Amino acid sequence: MNKTASIDEIAAEVESGMTIGIGGWGARRKPMAFVRALLNRPVKDLTLLSYGGPDVGMLAAAGKLKKLVFGFVSLDTLPLEPHFRVARQAGAFEVMELDEGMFQLGLKAAAAQLPFLPTRVGIGSDVLTHNPEIKMIESPYSDESLVAVPALALDMAVCHVNQADVLGNSRLSGPDPFFDEWFCRAADKAFLTSEAIVPTSAFNDAMIALQMPIERNLVQGVALAELGAHPTSCAPSYGIDVAHLRQYSAAAKGGWTSYFDEFIAGKDLPEYIALFGKDTINALPLPVF
Amino acid sequence: MTPSLVDLCISAASEAFRGDGERLITSIGLVPRLAASLAKSTFEPGLMMTEGEAYLVSEPVPVGPRGDYRPKIEGLMTYKRVFDIIYRGKRHALVTPVQVDRFGQMNISVIGDYHAPKTALLGVRGYPGNTISNANSMFVPSHDTRTFVSGEVDMVAGIGYNPARWPDGQPPKHLDLRRIVSNLAVMDFGGAHHAIRVVSLHPGVTFDQVQDNTGFALERIAGLGETPPPSDAQLEVIERLDPHGLRYSVFPKR
Repeated sequence: MNKTASIDEIAAEVESGMTIGIGGWGARRKPMAFVRALLNRPVKDLTLLSYGGPDVGMLAAAGKLKKLVFGFVSLDTLPLEPHFRVARQAGAFEVMELDEGMFQLGLKAAAAQLPFLPTRVGIGSDVLTHNPEIKMIESPYSDESLVAVPALALDMAVCHVNQADVLGNSRLSGPDPFFDEWFCRAADKAFLTSEAIVPTSAFNDAMIALQMPIERNLVQGVALAELGAHPTSCAPSYGIDVAHLRQYSAAAKGGWTSYFDEFIAGKDLPEYIALFGKDTINALPLPVF
Repeated sequence: MTPSLVDLCISAASEAFRGDGERLITSIGLVPRLAASLAKSTFEPGLMMTEGEAYLVSEPVPVGPRGDYRPKIEGLMTYKRVFDIIYRGKRHALVTPVQVDRFGQMNISVIGDYHAPKTALLGVRGYPGNTISNANSMFVPSHDTRTFVSGEVDMVAGIGYNPARWPDGQPPKHLDLRRIVSNLAVMDFGGAHHAIRVVSLHPGVTFDQVQDNTGFALERIAGLGETPPPSDAQLEVIERLDPHGLRYSVFPKR
Protein backbone atom coordinates (compact mmCIF):
# COMPACT_ATOMS: atom_id res chain seq x y z
CA MET A 1 0.00 0.00 0.00
CA ASN A 2 1.35 3.41 -0.96
CA LYS A 3 -0.81 6.51 -0.67
CA THR A 4 1.77 9.08 -1.68
CA ALA A 5 0.58 11.70 -4.13
CA SER A 6 1.77 15.11 -5.26
CA ILE A 7 0.28 18.34 -3.92
CA ASP A 8 -1.08 19.00 -7.41
CA GLU A 9 -2.71 15.58 -7.52
CA ILE A 10 -4.50 16.33 -4.26
CA ALA A 11 -5.60 19.74 -5.56
CA ALA A 12 -6.88 18.00 -8.72
CA GLU A 13 -9.28 15.99 -6.56
CA VAL A 14 -11.24 19.18 -5.91
CA GLU A 15 -14.11 19.77 -8.32
CA SER A 16 -16.27 22.85 -8.70
CA GLY A 17 -19.23 22.85 -6.35
CA MET A 18 -17.59 20.57 -3.76
CA THR A 19 -17.76 21.01 0.00
CA ILE A 20 -14.25 20.96 1.42
CA GLY A 21 -12.81 21.26 4.91
CA ILE A 22 -9.38 22.65 5.71
CA GLY A 23 -7.63 21.78 8.98
CA GLY A 24 -5.48 23.95 11.23
CA TRP A 25 -6.61 27.03 13.16
CA GLY A 26 -6.26 30.72 12.19
CA ALA A 27 -2.66 31.22 11.12
CA ARG A 28 -1.54 27.85 12.54
CA ARG A 29 -0.74 24.65 10.61
CA LYS A 30 -2.77 25.40 7.52
CA PRO A 31 -2.11 23.29 4.38
CA MET A 32 -1.12 26.43 2.46
CA ALA A 33 0.82 24.59 -0.27
CA PHE A 34 -2.42 22.79 -1.09
CA VAL A 35 -4.35 26.09 -1.00
CA ARG A 36 -1.92 27.67 -3.47
CA ALA A 37 -2.15 24.62 -5.76
CA LEU A 38 -5.93 24.91 -5.61
CA LEU A 39 -5.74 28.62 -6.47
CA ASN A 40 -3.92 27.60 -9.66
CA ARG A 41 -6.87 25.48 -10.77
CA PRO A 42 -10.08 26.59 -12.52
CA VAL A 43 -12.42 25.28 -9.80
CA LYS A 44 -15.14 27.54 -8.40
CA ASP A 45 -18.33 27.56 -6.32
CA LEU A 46 -16.69 25.81 -3.39
CA THR A 47 -18.30 25.49 0.01
CA LEU A 48 -15.46 25.85 2.52
CA LEU A 49 -15.42 24.84 6.18
CA SER A 50 -12.53 26.18 8.20
CA TYR A 51 -11.37 27.56 11.54
CA GLY A 52 -10.35 30.32 9.22
CA GLY A 53 -7.03 31.94 8.46
CA PRO A 54 -5.32 32.93 5.21
CA ASP A 55 -6.76 29.79 3.56
CA VAL A 56 -10.16 31.49 3.71
CA GLY A 57 -8.78 34.92 2.78
CA MET A 58 -6.98 33.66 -0.32
CA LEU A 59 -9.84 31.50 -1.61
CA ALA A 60 -12.25 34.40 -0.98
CA ALA A 61 -9.98 36.93 -2.71
CA ALA A 62 -9.73 34.62 -5.73
CA GLY A 63 -13.51 34.32 -5.97
CA LYS A 64 -13.48 30.56 -5.40
CA LEU A 65 -16.14 30.49 -2.68
CA LYS A 66 -19.86 30.01 -3.06
CA LYS A 67 -20.33 29.59 0.67
CA LEU A 68 -18.24 29.82 3.84
CA VAL A 69 -19.05 27.84 6.99
CA PHE A 70 -17.06 29.41 9.83
CA GLY A 71 -16.85 30.63 13.41
CA PHE A 72 -14.09 33.15 12.81
CA VAL A 73 -11.44 34.17 10.31
CA SER A 74 -8.22 35.54 11.82
CA LEU A 75 -4.49 35.81 11.21
CA ASP A 76 -3.86 35.25 14.96
CA THR A 77 -1.13 37.78 15.78
CA LEU A 78 -2.87 40.07 13.28
CA PRO A 79 -6.41 39.62 14.60
CA LEU A 80 -8.40 40.46 11.46
CA GLU A 81 -8.15 38.81 8.00
CA PRO A 82 -8.42 41.69 5.50
CA HIS A 83 -9.14 39.62 2.36
CA PHE A 84 -11.98 37.83 4.15
CA ARG A 85 -13.30 41.17 5.39
CA VAL A 86 -13.33 42.75 1.91
CA ALA A 87 -15.16 39.77 0.39
CA ARG A 88 -17.58 39.42 3.33
CA GLN A 89 -18.44 43.14 3.20
CA ALA A 90 -19.09 42.85 -0.54
CA GLY A 91 -21.43 39.90 0.08
CA ALA A 92 -19.21 37.82 -2.25
CA PHE A 93 -20.25 34.49 -0.73
CA GLU A 94 -23.03 32.99 1.35
CA VAL A 95 -22.23 32.45 5.01
CA MET A 96 -23.14 29.89 7.62
CA GLU A 97 -21.67 31.53 10.72
CA LEU A 98 -21.52 29.15 13.67
CA ASP A 99 -20.14 29.13 17.18
CA GLU A 100 -16.77 27.32 17.14
CA GLY A 101 -18.17 24.53 19.31
CA MET A 102 -21.29 24.11 17.12
CA PHE A 103 -18.92 23.78 14.16
CA GLN A 104 -17.14 20.97 15.98
CA LEU A 105 -20.45 19.24 16.80
CA GLY A 106 -21.47 19.44 13.13
CA LEU A 107 -18.24 17.71 12.11
CA LYS A 108 -18.73 15.11 14.86
CA ALA A 109 -22.30 14.45 13.71
CA ALA A 110 -21.07 13.87 10.16
CA ALA A 111 -18.26 11.68 11.49
CA ALA A 112 -20.74 9.57 13.45
CA GLN A 113 -23.06 9.41 10.41
CA LEU A 114 -25.79 11.10 12.44
CA PRO A 115 -28.16 13.80 11.11
CA PHE A 116 -27.43 16.13 14.05
CA LEU A 117 -26.07 16.48 17.57
CA PRO A 118 -27.89 18.42 20.29
CA THR A 119 -26.54 21.38 22.23
CA ARG A 120 -27.69 24.50 24.06
CA VAL A 121 -25.17 26.57 22.13
CA GLY A 122 -26.77 29.03 19.75
CA ILE A 123 -29.89 29.65 21.86
CA GLY A 124 -30.46 33.37 22.37
CA SER A 125 -27.94 34.36 19.70
CA ASP A 126 -28.25 35.57 16.11
CA VAL A 127 -26.53 32.37 14.94
CA LEU A 128 -30.05 30.91 14.89
CA THR A 129 -31.58 34.05 13.35
CA HIS A 130 -29.21 33.95 10.40
CA ASN A 131 -29.24 30.16 9.92
CA PRO A 132 -32.98 29.41 9.78
CA GLU A 133 -32.18 25.91 8.50
CA ILE A 134 -30.91 25.02 11.99
CA LYS A 135 -33.85 23.48 13.85
CA MET A 136 -34.70 23.15 17.52
CA ILE A 137 -35.72 19.85 19.12
CA GLU A 138 -37.47 19.05 22.38
CA SER A 139 -35.44 16.93 24.77
CA PRO A 140 -37.08 13.48 25.06
CA TYR A 141 -35.85 13.26 28.68
CA SER A 142 -36.48 16.73 30.13
CA ASP A 143 -38.49 19.86 29.53
CA GLU A 144 -35.93 21.70 27.46
CA SER A 145 -35.56 22.94 23.88
CA LEU A 146 -32.17 22.22 22.33
CA VAL A 147 -30.41 23.18 19.12
CA ALA A 148 -29.98 20.32 16.64
CA VAL A 149 -26.66 21.14 14.98
CA PRO A 150 -26.87 19.60 11.49
CA ALA A 151 -24.12 17.24 10.33
CA LEU A 152 -21.45 19.11 8.39
CA ALA A 153 -20.48 16.42 5.89
CA LEU A 154 -17.52 17.11 3.64
CA ASP A 155 -16.70 15.82 0.18
CA MET A 156 -13.06 16.29 1.00
CA ALA A 157 -10.78 17.36 3.86
CA VAL A 158 -7.15 18.46 3.70
CA CYS A 159 -4.86 18.84 6.72
CA HIS A 160 -1.17 19.58 7.17
CA VAL A 161 0.79 17.28 9.50
CA ASN A 162 4.34 17.18 10.86
CA GLN A 163 5.08 13.61 9.75
CA ALA A 164 3.33 10.93 7.71
CA ASP A 165 4.18 7.56 6.26
CA VAL A 166 3.13 6.15 2.88
CA LEU A 167 0.26 4.28 4.54
CA GLY A 168 -1.40 7.46 5.80
CA ASN A 169 -0.30 7.22 9.44
CA SER A 170 0.50 10.71 10.66
CA ARG A 171 1.79 12.66 13.62
CA LEU A 172 0.90 16.13 14.87
CA SER A 173 3.84 17.11 17.06
CA GLY A 174 2.77 20.65 17.96
CA PRO A 175 0.98 21.40 21.22
CA ASP A 176 -2.55 21.44 19.78
CA PRO A 177 -3.99 19.01 17.19
CA PHE A 178 -6.93 21.42 16.69
CA PHE A 179 -9.87 19.63 14.98
CA ASP A 180 -8.01 17.98 12.12
CA GLU A 181 -9.16 14.48 13.03
CA TRP A 182 -12.81 15.58 12.91
CA PHE A 183 -12.39 17.20 9.49
CA CYS A 184 -10.94 13.89 8.29
CA ARG A 185 -13.71 11.80 9.87
CA ALA A 186 -16.43 14.09 8.48
CA ALA A 187 -15.12 13.75 4.93
CA ASP A 188 -15.72 11.24 2.14
CA LYS A 189 -12.03 11.57 1.34
CA ALA A 190 -9.25 13.02 3.46
CA PHE A 191 -5.81 14.04 2.25
CA LEU A 192 -2.71 15.03 4.17
CA THR A 193 0.19 17.25 3.26
CA SER A 194 3.20 16.58 5.45
CA GLU A 195 6.45 18.25 6.46
CA ALA A 196 8.17 14.89 6.07
CA ILE A 197 7.45 11.37 4.80
CA VAL A 198 8.94 8.94 7.31
CA PRO A 199 9.17 5.15 7.57
CA THR A 200 6.38 3.56 9.62
CA SER A 201 9.02 2.52 12.15
CA ALA A 202 9.43 6.21 13.05
CA PHE A 203 6.08 5.90 14.87
CA ASN A 204 7.15 2.86 16.92
CA ASP A 205 7.06 4.74 20.23
CA ALA A 206 4.29 4.86 22.82
CA MET A 207 4.62 8.61 23.48
CA ILE A 208 4.64 9.46 19.77
CA ALA A 209 1.49 7.37 19.32
CA LEU A 210 -0.30 9.85 21.62
CA GLN A 211 0.29 12.50 18.94
CA MET A 212 -1.43 10.52 16.16
CA PRO A 213 -5.15 11.43 16.21
CA ILE A 214 -5.96 10.74 12.52
CA GLU A 215 -6.76 7.11 11.62
CA ARG A 216 -4.94 6.03 8.48
CA ASN A 217 -8.08 4.38 7.07
CA LEU A 218 -9.53 7.89 6.65
CA VAL A 219 -6.63 9.00 4.49
CA GLN A 220 -6.75 8.68 0.70
CA GLY A 221 -3.50 10.39 -0.13
CA VAL A 222 -0.37 11.88 1.42
CA ALA A 223 1.82 14.53 -0.20
CA LEU A 224 5.25 15.68 0.88
CA ALA A 225 5.07 19.41 1.55
CA GLU A 226 8.15 20.55 3.45
CA LEU A 227 7.45 24.04 4.87
CA GLY A 228 4.02 23.62 3.30
CA ALA A 229 2.22 25.55 6.06
CA HIS A 230 4.07 28.81 5.35
CA PRO A 231 3.12 31.63 5.92
CA THR A 232 1.20 29.97 8.78
CA SER A 233 3.07 28.22 11.58
CA CYS A 234 3.92 24.57 11.96
CA ALA A 235 4.91 24.03 15.59
CA PRO A 236 7.39 22.95 16.77
CA SER A 237 9.32 23.56 13.53
CA TYR A 238 8.58 27.12 12.45
CA GLY A 239 6.42 30.07 13.46
CA ILE A 240 3.97 32.41 11.75
CA ASP A 241 5.60 34.65 9.10
CA VAL A 242 4.11 37.84 10.50
CA ALA A 243 6.05 40.08 8.10
CA HIS A 244 4.73 38.16 5.12
CA LEU A 245 1.19 38.18 6.49
CA ARG A 246 1.47 41.97 6.77
CA GLN A 247 2.47 42.14 3.11
CA TYR A 248 -0.38 39.77 2.22
CA SER A 249 -2.79 41.87 4.30
CA ALA A 250 -1.74 45.07 2.56
CA ALA A 251 -2.66 43.41 -0.74
CA ALA A 252 -6.32 43.46 0.29
CA LYS A 253 -6.45 47.07 -0.89
CA GLY A 254 -6.59 46.21 -4.58
CA GLY A 255 -3.32 44.29 -4.63
CA TRP A 256 -4.55 40.69 -4.76
CA THR A 257 -3.63 40.19 -8.45
CA SER A 258 -0.04 41.27 -7.94
CA TYR A 259 0.20 39.14 -4.76
CA PHE A 260 -1.17 36.18 -6.73
CA ASP A 261 1.28 36.75 -9.59
CA GLU A 262 4.25 37.09 -7.26
CA PHE A 263 3.63 34.20 -4.88
CA ILE A 264 1.08 31.78 -6.34
CA ALA A 265 0.69 31.79 -10.14
CA GLY A 266 2.33 28.74 -11.69
CA LYS A 267 4.65 28.16 -8.72
CA ASP A 268 5.21 24.77 -7.17
CA LEU A 269 6.23 24.49 -3.52
CA PRO A 270 10.05 24.53 -4.04
CA GLU A 271 9.74 27.62 -6.28
CA TYR A 272 7.57 29.32 -3.65
CA ILE A 273 9.94 28.43 -0.80
CA ALA A 274 12.90 29.73 -2.82
CA LEU A 275 11.29 33.21 -2.70
CA PHE A 276 11.91 33.21 1.06
CA GLY A 277 14.70 30.71 1.65
CA LYS A 278 14.37 27.48 3.62
CA ASP A 279 16.62 28.68 6.41
CA THR A 280 14.64 31.89 6.81
CA ILE A 281 11.37 29.99 7.21
CA ASN A 282 12.90 27.42 9.55
CA ALA A 283 14.18 30.28 11.70
CA LEU A 284 10.74 31.94 12.09
CA PRO A 285 10.16 32.07 15.85
CA LEU A 286 7.21 30.17 17.28
CA PRO A 287 4.46 32.59 18.26
CA VAL A 288 4.14 33.63 21.90
CA PHE A 289 0.48 34.13 22.74
CA MET B 1 0.52 58.65 43.86
CA THR B 2 -2.46 58.36 41.49
CA PRO B 3 -2.39 54.96 39.81
CA SER B 4 -2.37 54.84 36.02
CA LEU B 5 -5.74 54.14 34.42
CA VAL B 6 -4.55 50.83 33.03
CA ASP B 7 -3.38 49.56 36.44
CA LEU B 8 -6.70 50.68 37.94
CA CYS B 9 -8.55 48.70 35.24
CA ILE B 10 -6.37 45.61 35.74
CA SER B 11 -6.99 45.70 39.46
CA ALA B 12 -10.76 46.30 39.03
CA ALA B 13 -11.04 43.54 36.41
CA SER B 14 -9.16 41.07 38.60
CA GLU B 15 -12.03 41.40 41.10
CA ALA B 16 -14.27 39.69 38.52
CA PHE B 17 -12.57 36.41 39.47
CA ARG B 18 -13.00 36.68 43.24
CA GLY B 19 -14.65 33.49 44.49
CA ASP B 20 -13.94 31.57 41.27
CA GLY B 21 -11.86 28.92 43.03
CA GLU B 22 -10.61 26.42 40.46
CA ARG B 23 -12.42 27.76 37.40
CA LEU B 24 -10.56 27.79 34.08
CA ILE B 25 -9.98 31.42 33.15
CA THR B 26 -9.92 32.54 29.54
CA SER B 27 -8.75 36.11 29.22
CA ILE B 28 -8.53 37.56 25.71
CA GLY B 29 -6.36 40.64 25.37
CA LEU B 30 -3.63 42.27 27.42
CA VAL B 31 -5.66 43.85 30.24
CA PRO B 32 -7.87 40.74 30.72
CA ARG B 33 -4.76 38.52 30.76
CA LEU B 34 -3.05 40.73 33.35
CA ALA B 35 -6.25 40.92 35.40
CA ALA B 36 -6.59 37.14 35.55
CA SER B 37 -2.87 36.76 36.25
CA LEU B 38 -3.13 39.28 39.10
CA ALA B 39 -6.09 37.41 40.61
CA LYS B 40 -4.23 34.08 40.43
CA SER B 41 -1.06 35.63 41.85
CA THR B 42 -2.87 37.11 44.83
CA PHE B 43 -6.34 36.15 46.13
CA GLU B 44 -7.37 33.24 43.83
CA PRO B 45 -4.34 30.94 43.56
CA GLY B 46 -6.50 27.98 42.56
CA LEU B 47 -7.53 29.46 39.19
CA MET B 48 -6.59 27.41 36.13
CA MET B 49 -4.88 29.44 33.39
CA THR B 50 -2.93 28.69 30.22
CA GLU B 51 0.22 30.13 28.75
CA GLY B 52 -2.00 31.51 25.95
CA GLU B 53 -1.83 28.50 23.67
CA ALA B 54 -2.33 24.91 24.83
CA TYR B 55 -0.78 24.27 28.24
CA LEU B 56 -2.10 24.91 31.73
CA VAL B 57 0.51 26.67 33.84
CA SER B 58 1.03 26.62 37.59
CA GLU B 59 1.96 30.32 37.69
CA PRO B 60 0.81 33.09 35.35
CA VAL B 61 3.17 33.66 32.42
CA PRO B 62 4.48 37.23 32.06
CA VAL B 63 3.27 38.96 28.87
CA GLY B 64 5.56 39.88 25.98
CA PRO B 65 9.02 38.51 25.18
CA ARG B 66 9.89 35.91 27.81
CA GLY B 67 13.67 35.88 27.73
CA ASP B 68 14.83 32.85 29.69
CA TYR B 69 11.46 32.37 31.37
CA ARG B 70 9.83 29.00 30.62
CA PRO B 71 6.13 28.46 31.32
CA LYS B 72 5.62 26.09 34.25
CA ILE B 73 3.33 23.51 32.68
CA GLU B 74 0.86 21.70 34.93
CA GLY B 75 -1.38 20.17 32.26
CA LEU B 76 -2.86 20.29 28.79
CA MET B 77 -5.65 22.59 27.55
CA THR B 78 -6.05 22.12 23.80
CA TYR B 79 -8.95 23.87 22.06
CA LYS B 80 -10.89 20.62 22.03
CA ARG B 81 -10.58 20.39 25.79
CA VAL B 82 -11.57 24.04 26.18
CA PHE B 83 -14.93 23.20 24.59
CA ASP B 84 -15.35 20.22 26.92
CA ILE B 85 -14.80 22.41 29.96
CA ILE B 86 -17.04 25.20 28.60
CA TYR B 87 -19.95 22.77 28.41
CA ARG B 88 -19.14 21.43 31.86
CA GLY B 89 -19.43 25.03 33.06
CA LYS B 90 -16.31 25.47 35.20
CA ARG B 91 -14.93 28.46 33.34
CA HIS B 92 -14.98 32.25 33.40
CA ALA B 93 -14.10 34.30 30.32
CA LEU B 94 -13.01 37.96 30.34
CA VAL B 95 -13.37 39.39 26.84
CA THR B 96 -13.51 42.66 24.93
CA PRO B 97 -16.61 42.85 22.72
CA VAL B 98 -16.94 45.48 19.99
CA GLN B 99 -20.57 46.22 20.91
CA VAL B 100 -22.56 45.65 24.13
CA ASP B 101 -26.24 46.38 24.68
CA ARG B 102 -28.45 46.88 27.72
CA PHE B 103 -29.05 43.13 28.01
CA GLY B 104 -25.31 42.41 28.09
CA GLN B 105 -25.51 40.92 24.61
CA MET B 106 -22.12 41.14 22.87
CA ASN B 107 -21.00 41.42 19.24
CA ILE B 108 -17.66 40.72 17.55
CA SER B 109 -19.05 39.54 14.20
CA VAL B 110 -20.16 42.39 11.95
CA ILE B 111 -21.17 46.05 12.20
CA GLY B 112 -24.20 47.05 10.14
CA ASP B 113 -26.45 44.89 7.99
CA TYR B 114 -25.64 41.20 8.38
CA HIS B 115 -25.75 40.38 4.68
CA ALA B 116 -23.76 43.39 3.47
CA PRO B 117 -21.93 44.54 6.58
CA LYS B 118 -20.31 47.94 6.85
CA THR B 119 -17.50 46.24 8.79
CA ALA B 120 -16.76 42.53 8.97
CA LEU B 121 -14.83 41.63 12.11
CA LEU B 122 -13.92 38.15 13.40
CA GLY B 123 -17.10 36.12 13.41
CA VAL B 124 -18.99 34.95 16.50
CA ARG B 125 -16.05 32.79 17.63
CA GLY B 126 -17.06 30.88 20.79
CA TYR B 127 -19.25 33.66 22.25
CA PRO B 128 -22.62 31.85 21.89
CA GLY B 129 -21.28 28.77 23.69
CA ASN B 130 -19.32 30.72 26.29
CA THR B 131 -22.27 32.85 27.33
CA ILE B 132 -24.87 30.08 27.51
CA SER B 133 -22.53 27.77 29.41
CA ASN B 134 -20.43 29.73 31.91
CA ALA B 135 -19.51 33.02 33.54
CA ASN B 136 -18.44 35.99 31.42
CA SER B 137 -17.04 39.44 32.20
CA MET B 138 -15.94 42.27 29.94
CA PHE B 139 -13.19 44.84 29.60
CA VAL B 140 -14.12 47.82 27.41
CA PRO B 141 -11.24 50.24 26.79
CA SER B 142 -13.35 52.92 25.09
CA HIS B 143 -16.59 53.60 26.90
CA ASP B 144 -18.77 55.36 24.32
CA THR B 145 -22.13 55.04 22.60
CA ARG B 146 -20.56 53.17 19.67
CA THR B 147 -19.62 50.36 22.05
CA PHE B 148 -22.50 50.59 24.55
CA VAL B 149 -25.22 50.80 21.92
CA SER B 150 -28.86 51.76 22.15
CA GLY B 151 -31.19 49.00 21.00
CA GLU B 152 -29.60 45.61 20.41
CA VAL B 153 -26.09 44.92 19.14
CA ASP B 154 -25.92 44.40 15.37
CA MET B 155 -25.23 40.65 15.64
CA VAL B 156 -25.91 38.89 18.93
CA ALA B 157 -22.87 36.66 19.40
CA GLY B 158 -22.75 36.63 23.21
CA ILE B 159 -26.20 36.16 24.69
CA GLY B 160 -27.60 38.30 27.49
CA TYR B 161 -30.55 38.90 29.77
CA ASN B 162 -33.07 39.35 26.94
CA PRO B 163 -36.16 37.20 27.57
CA ALA B 164 -37.45 37.87 24.04
CA ARG B 165 -34.69 35.60 22.75
CA TRP B 166 -35.20 32.69 25.15
CA PRO B 167 -37.23 29.64 24.15
CA ASP B 168 -40.55 29.79 26.04
CA GLY B 169 -39.21 32.87 27.85
CA GLN B 170 -37.17 30.62 30.17
CA PRO B 171 -33.73 32.02 31.12
CA PRO B 172 -30.81 29.76 30.13
CA LYS B 173 -29.76 27.96 33.31
CA HIS B 174 -26.07 28.82 33.14
CA LEU B 175 -26.19 32.38 31.76
CA ASP B 176 -23.98 34.33 34.18
CA LEU B 177 -22.76 37.80 33.19
CA ARG B 178 -20.61 39.22 35.95
CA ARG B 179 -18.68 42.46 35.66
CA ILE B 180 -17.83 45.13 33.10
CA VAL B 181 -14.73 47.27 33.57
CA SER B 182 -14.42 50.23 31.21
CA ASN B 183 -12.08 53.19 31.05
CA LEU B 184 -14.72 55.18 32.99
CA ALA B 185 -16.35 52.88 35.52
CA VAL B 186 -17.04 49.42 36.90
CA MET B 187 -20.47 47.93 36.25
CA ASP B 188 -22.30 44.72 37.07
CA PHE B 189 -25.63 43.12 36.20
CA GLY B 190 -27.21 43.66 39.59
CA GLY B 191 -29.97 46.06 38.49
CA ALA B 192 -33.66 45.25 38.03
CA HIS B 193 -33.99 42.12 35.83
CA HIS B 194 -30.19 42.01 35.55
CA ALA B 195 -29.95 45.59 34.25
CA ILE B 196 -26.45 47.01 33.98
CA ARG B 197 -25.57 49.02 37.07
CA VAL B 198 -22.62 51.27 37.83
CA VAL B 199 -20.89 50.06 41.00
CA SER B 200 -17.90 52.45 41.05
CA LEU B 201 -16.55 55.43 39.12
CA HIS B 202 -12.91 55.79 38.18
CA PRO B 203 -11.25 58.84 39.81
CA GLY B 204 -12.45 62.12 38.28
CA VAL B 205 -15.37 60.53 36.42
CA THR B 206 -19.00 61.47 37.14
CA PHE B 207 -22.07 59.26 36.77
CA ASP B 208 -23.50 61.70 34.22
CA GLN B 209 -20.35 61.36 32.14
CA VAL B 210 -20.73 57.56 32.13
CA GLN B 211 -24.43 57.85 31.29
CA ASP B 212 -23.78 60.34 28.47
CA ASN B 213 -21.34 57.86 26.91
CA THR B 214 -23.76 54.92 27.15
CA GLY B 215 -26.55 54.26 24.65
CA PHE B 216 -29.01 53.01 27.28
CA ALA B 217 -30.14 53.97 30.78
CA LEU B 218 -27.76 52.85 33.52
CA GLU B 219 -28.68 52.03 37.08
CA ARG B 220 -26.37 52.93 39.97
CA ILE B 221 -25.80 51.52 43.40
CA ALA B 222 -26.68 53.55 46.46
CA GLY B 223 -23.65 55.44 47.78
CA LEU B 224 -21.76 55.17 44.49
CA GLY B 225 -18.06 55.73 45.15
CA GLU B 226 -14.66 55.58 43.51
CA THR B 227 -13.06 52.47 42.06
CA PRO B 228 -10.50 51.39 44.69
CA PRO B 229 -6.93 52.00 43.57
CA PRO B 230 -4.56 49.03 43.28
CA SER B 231 -2.43 48.48 46.37
CA ASP B 232 1.36 48.78 46.25
CA ALA B 233 1.54 45.00 46.53
CA GLN B 234 -0.77 44.65 43.50
CA LEU B 235 1.27 47.17 41.51
CA GLU B 236 4.40 45.14 42.22
CA VAL B 237 2.73 41.98 40.95
CA ILE B 238 1.46 43.77 37.81
CA GLU B 239 4.96 45.06 37.12
CA ARG B 240 6.35 41.54 37.43
CA LEU B 241 3.64 40.17 35.10
CA ASP B 242 4.27 42.90 32.50
CA PRO B 243 8.01 43.60 32.76
CA HIS B 244 8.11 45.39 29.37
CA GLY B 245 5.28 47.79 30.25
CA LEU B 246 3.15 46.68 27.28
CA ARG B 247 0.07 47.76 29.26
CA TYR B 248 0.91 51.43 28.87
CA SER B 249 -0.01 51.22 25.16
CA VAL B 250 -3.62 50.26 25.97
CA PHE B 251 -4.82 53.81 26.54
CA PRO B 252 -3.55 56.53 24.20
CA LYS B 253 -1.73 59.34 26.04
CA ARG B 254 -3.99 62.30 26.63
